[in-house]
Amino acid sequence: MLGMSANSVSYNEQSSVESGVDAAQENSSIPASSSGGLFSADYKKNEDLKEMLESSKESLKLEAMKRIVGLIAKGKNASELFPAVVKNVASKNIELKKLVYVYLVRYAEEQQDLALLSISTFQRALKDPNQLIRASALRVLSSIRVPIIVPIMMLSIKEASTDLSPYVRKTAAHAIQKLYSLDPDQKEHLIEVIEKLLKDKSTLVAGSVVMAFEEVCPDRIDLIHKNYRKLCNLLVDVEEWGQVVIIHMLTRYARTQFVSPWREDAVFDENSEKAFYDSEEERRVEQSKPYIMDPDHRLLLRNTKPLLQSRNTAVVMAVSQLYWHLAPTHELSIITKSLVRLLRSHREVQYIVLQNIATMSIQRKGMFEPFMKSFYVRSTDATHIKTLKLEILTNLANEANISTILREFQTYVKSQDKAFAAATIQAIGRCATNISEVTDTCLNGLVLLLSNRDETVVAESVVVIKKLLQTQPSQHSDIIKHMAKLFDNITVSMARASILWLMGEYCEHVPKIAPDVLRKMAKTFTSEEDIVKLQTVNLAAKLYLTNSKQTKLLTQYILNLGKYDQSYDIRDRTRFIRQLIVPNEKSGALSKYARRILMAPKPAPVLQSAFKDRDRFQLGTLSHSLNSQANGYLELSDWPAVAPDQSVRIVEVVEPVKEAGAPVFGKSKPGKSDEKFYSDSEEEEEEEEEGSSSEDSSSSSSEESESESESEENSDDSNKSSSSQSDSEKKKKTLKNKKLQQQKPDSKDRKQKNGSAVKGESRSESESASESSSSESSSESGSELDSDSDSGTDQKKNTRSKPVQSKPVTTQVEKKEVSLLDLDDFSPAAVTTPKSSILSPSLLSDLQGLSISPTASALQASSPVFVPETSRELLHRMTGKGLSAQYRFTRQPCIYGNSMVSLQLTLSNSSDQALENIHISEKSSTGQNIHRFNAIERLEPQASVTVSMGVDFNDSTQAANFQLCTKEDEFSVSIQPAVGELLLPITMSEADFTKEQSKLVGMNESSATITMTPENVSSQSVNRKVVSVANLGVIPSSQENIHRFAGKTVSSGCLVLVSVALKDPDAVITINTENTVMASMLLRQFKTALTNSGP
Amino acid sequence: MPNHPVPVPSSVLAALKNKTIHLSAAKMIHSLFLVNASGDIFLEKHWKSVVSRSVCDYFFEALERATEPENVPPVIPTPHHYLINVLRHRIYFVAVIQSEVPPLFVIEFLHRVVDTFQDYFGVCTEAAIKDNVVVVYELLEEMLDNGFPLATESNILKELIKPPTILRTVVNTITGSTNVGEQLPTGQLSVVPWRRTGVKYTNNEAYFDVIEEIDAIIDKSGSTITAEIQGVIDACVKLTGMPDLTLSFMNPRLLDDVSFHPCVRFKRWEAERILSFIPPDGNFRLLSYHVSSQNLVAIPVYVKHNISFREGSSQGRFELTLGPKQTMGKAVESVLVSSQLPRGVLNANLNPSQGTYTFDPVTKLLSWDVGKINPQKLPSLKGSMSLQAGASKPDENPTINIQFKIQQLAISGLKVNRLDMYGEKYKPFKGIKYMTKAGKFQVRT
Repeated sequence: MLGMSANSVSYNEQSSVESGVDAAQENSSIPASSSGGLFSADYKKNEDLKEMLESSKESLKLEAMKRIVGLIAKGKNASELFPAVVKNVASKNIELKKLVYVYLVRYAEEQQDLALLSISTFQRALKDPNQLIRASALRVLSSIRVPIIVPIMMLSIKEASTDLSPYVRKTAAHAIQKLYSLDPDQKEHLIEVIEKLLKDKSTLVAGSVVMAFEEVCPDRIDLIHKNYRKLCNLLVDVEEWGQVVIIHMLTRYARTQFVSPWREDAVFDENSEKAFYDSEEERRVEQSKPYIMDPDHRLLLRNTKPLLQSRNTAVVMAVSQLYWHLAPTHELSIITKSLVRLLRSHREVQYIVLQNIATMSIQRKGMFEPFMKSFYVRSTDATHIKTLKLEILTNLANEANISTILREFQTYVKSQDKAFAAATIQAIGRCATNISEVTDTCLNGLVLLLSNRDETVVAESVVVIKKLLQTQPSQHSDIIKHMAKLFDNITVSMARASILWLMGEYCEHVPKIAPDVLRKMAKTFTSEEDIVKLQTVNLAAKLYLTNSKQTKLLTQYILNLGKYDQSYDIRDRTRFIRQLIVPNEKSGALSKYARRILMAPKPAPVLQSAFKDRDRFQLGTLSHSLNSQANGYLELSDWPAVAPDQSVRIVEVVEPVKEAGAPVFGKSKPGKSDEKFYSDSEEEEEEEEEGSSSEDSSSSSSEESESESESEENSDDSNKSSSSQSDSEKKKKTLKNKKLQQQKPDSKDRKQKNGSAVKGESRSESESASESSSSESSSESGSELDSDSDSGTDQKKNTRSKPVQSKPVTTQVEKKEVSLLDLDDFSPAAVTTPKSSILSPSLLSDLQGLSISPTASALQASSPVFVPETSRELLHRMTGKGLSAQYRFTRQPCIYGNSMVSLQLTLSNSSDQALENIHISEKSSTGQNIHRFNAIERLEPQASVTVSMGVDFNDSTQAANFQLCTKEDEFSVSIQPAVGELLLPITMSEADFTKEQSKLVGMNESSATITMTPENVSSQSVNRKVVSVANLGVIPSSQENIHRFAGKTVSSGCLVLVSVALKDPDAVITINTENTVMASMLLRQFKTALTNSGP
Repeated sequence: MPNHPVPVPSSVLAALKNKTIHLSAAKMIHSLFLVNASGDIFLEKHWKSVVSRSVCDYFFEALERATEPENVPPVIPTPHHYLINVLRHRIYFVAVIQSEVPPLFVIEFLHRVVDTFQDYFGVCTEAAIKDNVVVVYELLEEMLDNGFPLATESNILKELIKPPTILRTVVNTITGSTNVGEQLPTGQLSVVPWRRTGVKYTNNEAYFDVIEEIDAIIDKSGSTITAEIQGVIDACVKLTGMPDLTLSFMNPRLLDDVSFHPCVRFKRWEAERILSFIPPDGNFRLLSYHVSSQNLVAIPVYVKHNISFREGSSQGRFELTLGPKQTMGKAVESVLVSSQLPRGVLNANLNPSQGTYTFDPVTKLLSWDVGKINPQKLPSLKGSMSLQAGASKPDENPTINIQFKIQQLAISGLKVNRLDMYGEKYKPFKGIKYMTKAGKFQVRT
């Protein structure tokens, strides 16, 4: 309905406006109207401009427009030129046109009727083949704030939102907000457009549409569900401004959808100032309790983390606040460094970042304590920066570092910037109240400051001392006594006055000293400053009330002195006090209450941070910065007690939509799916290339190929949910994955997708690698299935490792439930079984973002057929002082480098203390290239953690020696690889195998004849024996008595082909490879394995 | 007839009149005002409805209250708007926003605007902005759409709006061609938005400058209170086509915390500690880093000082000697010492052993341009200061700020191992330069 009416309006508009323009152009030769400039002061000048605009020379027009823009920039009114300008809106000269746009946007609101003249031009431009012109037409059209064109705008936005160019769609997203602010009634229609654009797969659009969402319908969280995972995965590639907006939106979203990663009754909101260490302990204990993070929650945290490295400070801040509001407490520390890094940036950035750190540091001192020195004040800092740094330092102060901080504060107190010095004194006061150990030191220090020459400092010191004394009544007397002693040396009147006040206020605590001070004052009264005199009178009055016996005469004397003082203030005060305290018939009722008036208990001031409650605002927001709710602030909701339905985020499989002309992903290349298979020589080249250039794509592709081969054994350690599923399902999954990842334009042919594994990240040379022949792979996967199921059943019979046996069934069931991306919670504590993960958490996550499309070259590494469960000891707990380490070859392609062998290390702490900073030291003695695991910050007693590392053994069995270090110790350990572990399995067809084999004859062939033990004769057992010795792939064989296996060496990629020909009772083992050393070693091992009976 | 209102269907007009124009709280940057040092607005730009420049009165109030130009708070609330400002090159860039927005978003954007101006005009001064007001306007128009950043990548902007050069201005006037691009910049849509396609050079060169700055606070006795190294690698890459570069370090572990230009492949860095990237064309900052705080920072210069005021006397003594320390045998150059002397100091009568010094009796700023430090003959500045008669002895000694440069040295020891190029056939010329500078290097006396 509405669409219709909008349509008709726009048509009307078009015709009428067009005629208007035509008319205008016809008349353009006539000198400009007389009415225009009549009242204008700039009559002459504007007349010039008008003439220039109406001349036929383009350069003159341009010149005129430039001058007009100059006027606008200066804030001068150029609105009367509107008619002359608007005629040029259709100019061919693009610069002129742009300047006219600038003018239009500025004045259209004031000259609505005339502005309509231009509309038809824009409508025409919206159909222009040039996307830039379409986009800028929409930009200007939507920027003309003329309500009458709302229907036209609505229509244009709808059209542009389906434009082929993502840039135009982006512009449409921007236009949504403009239209909404012009006419909020359009909300419902705009939401429809937003909904559509949210589904957009272009990174260009994502930021803008989320911005529109935040603007128009921030409460429609339901629109996000289906796009949540896509947004998370796209995030890294979105332009930086969009990232900020998306991260803020996702923060809000996550707070409504996931349960708290902090324990329900966690001490999060509690001020940790007092029991900081205790609460930290507590939190650690909490972590050990099972809390399973929603995989989507984890996805968000993981995908935002790399953005902490962004050069854009707003992005870093956005990620930091996201972690602050969403991450489990133990993961929070990763944002610290990045925030501290921002302090190097511009003054204004520092200001905002420091504000946020100030809020954070109140709750989590531990986060910033190691970086305390970064908050030291420099004399060149602006005052507000200094004050913020001071605030943070004060927040960070604890028993351990207080002395350092106080020493630093001493320097600040002497600063020439007196406002800052005063702030420092307050900070010292806060430290003194918070840390009881230093209260005395601080007080003494502050007392010393009383003799400072600067009044601000003295006044501040006194105020702070006063506050300290009020909060800690028990220690009054000592300090007051001390101050009394100092009194004679203090010359600053303000300070003297303050001490007198204190004497009077707490005279009951210093019953002996106070009268004495009063006595001294009586002597010097006449030469004191007024302010001191006033306080003397006060003191006298208070003493008179509490200790009239001793001080009656003194008080009388002082009051008499005061009565005849030169200052009327003092005379007044004296008179008042006398009436109040000395009872006589005239004074009446008031003197009865004199004691209560003068000695009323004064409330103790509170010394606390100005940032104490700032965290009620989302960090990084304007509201937080101002500490008051800004317009349009969207509150962060509390965690829901029970997580809402997770399945809402699952995206159904949608038919691959043709994403027309999505050049965002530029390099989509024509997939040559029907091309022939690689020639063998190419294959090696390709692998080398991959190794050097982009391990990303290769590792992802190998991961994918893993799933192709459907082997049960690896399903347990494969992190792909797809691996153990039926073929068809798997395809669906990969499709889904792709949907999620959004890395590639969908192509018509699924096979083509397989061919394109190049993501933005690795768009370089690796293309050749991924142009796989999917025709092969699909046909193969079928045959593999057969062979694998063979080996599987075989294993059921023979393998003693039961878990492996049962796995095929169970995992299948489990995995089906896991949605899309198998996102486990990777918190170190959770990973206890060695087989659960082969990849380090962080890298795994990276990989998941990367795996764009399944690639499987038939010659590519396949997944291991068998992964031994046994792990070997690396470090015994006795030698390791409680730290024990075991390693296991995962037989997976290493993610750290193509020439590396992937290892899994299980580190356990059997001591009764937590071990900190477990890492591999930098130097590796034998020269192997080792990829270390990320240092483990802390390993609790009895906990164990599994990490993965990579070692480049360089195809030799030489042991890799390195140092395993903890915070305190270093242990030399070594890993000796079995020769079979230096291989990676390969799948290929039987024909290829024979072809390859025929090339590797002569020197490259080694064989041996053995006598098989009877129980080994079955084909299953031969297969099993071979693959348990060496990480080889099983080649489907058409001959019953010949078993073939293929692999390649990890480092050099040499092909290793093994065939076992059974000739009852003998068997001939043949190994064909260029690496003859390895061949002989392998041969020996096969011999042993196949001749030995037993499992 | 231009003045005549265009015939509009009366029904539409009637509908219009009934509709109240509601202005919702529009997000992001509403307007921008440029204010010079003397407090005049010399440029304004509005992306939405016009906001009267009187909104800046709140800013001027804050400006008046501030003792120093830097002390103006970056975020100023007003009854209906919020003003977020940055100060650069003695120009305040005051953004007007109407509702909640991450303040860093605006601040970062404003700095990006300044960077772009600098990139376009060489300098970012009031004069340069006024001279190029049209380009400025065109730029601002492209950079923000409805207050939301649209194109901030300098190479995209340069395709849209060509930087003004004298030659181009001349050519444009003759040929009538324009500064404004007609096509959507290729970068805008590509996976490498920072690089345009079709780059061609006859000399293919890639230069990398490793520049490290030492931030330090040295206390009275000469011991280091805090010192850290912040480094950047600035690149000037002029390579044809789509080169894919990798840069590896001898000791990448030194880098503790890094932030990258978007072109750097983060995962590659995570996995291999190698910088792999398709570079933008021209100058850009490849990465900035922080050297891990565990490493001890070498302090390249030391200062011996004796600044004293005697109680009751109107004279003060001033002695300062500089010397090299831990410079790995490299010369310390371009040394500049500055110090804010206490307010009581009327004048300074000093004698430098080399270089020249100035003392501004109004701001009390002493600066001494030392030049190069000769280890054989250490530069010194000695003499007396005259104090205000009767004024009491200043209770703080001044802080001394030192600037210096050391060529061919990255003080952290960071070394580039190799630079390789893939994806293109030609052999580029590669160069790497190291430099160490003083960042915020302060000596407390």
